[in-house]
Amino acid sequence: MARTITMEVLRYRPEQDAGPVFQTYEVPFTDDMSVLQGLLHIKDELDETLSFRWSCRMAICGSCGMMINGKPALSCKTFLRDLAPGPVRIEALNHFPIERDLVVVMEDFIDKLERIQPYIIPKEPRTLEQGEYLQTPAQLEKYEQFSSCINCLLCYAACPQYGLNPDFVGPGALALLHRYNADSRDGGAAQRMELVAAEEGVFNCTAVGYCSEVCPKHVDPANAVNQNKTTAAADYFLGFLKPKGSRT
Amino acid sequence: MSKRRPYVRPMAGWWRKNPFFVEYMIHEGSALFVAAYGVVLLVGLVCLAQGEAAWNGWLAAMKHPLALLFHLAVLAMISYHSWSWFKIMPKTMPPLVIGGKRVAPAMITGAGLAATVVASLILLGLVWGMTR
Ligand code: SF4
Ligand code: FES
Repeated sequence: MARTITMEVLRYRPEQDAGPVFQTYEVPFTDDMSVLQGLLHIKDELDETLSFRWSCRMAICGSCGMMINGKPALSCKTFLRDLAPGPVRIEALNHFPIERDLVVVMEDFIDKLERIQPYIIPKEPRTLEQGEYLQTPAQLEKYEQFSSCINCLLCYAACPQYGLNPDFVGPGALALLHRYNADSRDGGAAQRMELVAAEEGVFNCTAVGYCSEVCPKHVDPANAVNQNKTTAAADYFLGFLKPKGSRT
Repeated sequence: MSKRRPYVRPMAGWWRKNPFFVEYMIHEGSALFVAAYGVVLLVGLVCLAQGEAAWNGWLAAMKHPLALLFHLAVLAMISYHSWSWFKIMPKTMPPLVIGGKRVAPAMITGAGLAATVVASLILLGLVWGMTR
């Protein structure tokens, strides 16, 4: 006989529910089953109306983030055996509006992602004939960790400051911003620093640090945000020393 | 017509819902004790400026059992504050590279705590030496 576990899933069907409600399912599971597989079992065998996002099943696409027993986690990377005997509480990612069931509205993040200009703005434009941009291992190390982000939004669900003020650019986007600013090939730092220092920038962060705890890729977004507090403050004070009109 | 009706969940009581946030709030709260002790020292300084009588009055107030109890409470809170402050310190600074190797977060936290203990002991020794 297969073991079973109780999964309490937060449902929200805008056409019929006034607000979110929990619905309980009994799910048979084996040791190799993730929370995502539990949800897939529900959808395939028990209740086809349940909605959730997923794609890769291997912690790389970043679409399956949800609150599992109150903590932001990738459901494909969290195993039911570790949560037995249960019950397991599954909710949509905190701090985002719920579109339906476990699906959140992420337009806000996509917009922020665009605003940080997440691509290399070449410091020195080169033609194809001039060959590739070279980078030493030491230069790579400066940003490599911040380039591992998979846009899963767990850090946003872990950030109370984002929950309280959704204008805050937030940990994930700021970590990516830092990834480009710290790249030796990039020359766009001055443009991006405007956002870093803006009202919605790094100074919303009060160093709670939970974002870095929940990040499945060890990006340490809190570190990126806090390094940029120093950079933004230095820019501000050094700005007084520069002659007028020299700011780029 | 769109059936979309995104539901925004309330934030009320957010910090009670996760042990990590409770710890964060205690850390932030303990800063009030640090500030309170700063005020106590400031009052002492003002008394000193006001002359011998005021200064002796402040010294006597500091010896009251309630004042001693207050000191114990503040010591506990400040210890907690330093501990939790150094715990997040590695997250707030650029990577520290010594001899081509990145210093581990635990090392940074440990060094900070060690510095606190050493500085406290030196201060204690100085005051001890001066008042005997
Ligand atoms: S920084 Fe980490 S937690 Fe945040 S979106 Fe990127 S991978 Fe996810
Ligand atoms: S399904 Fe892709 S990260 Fe979980």
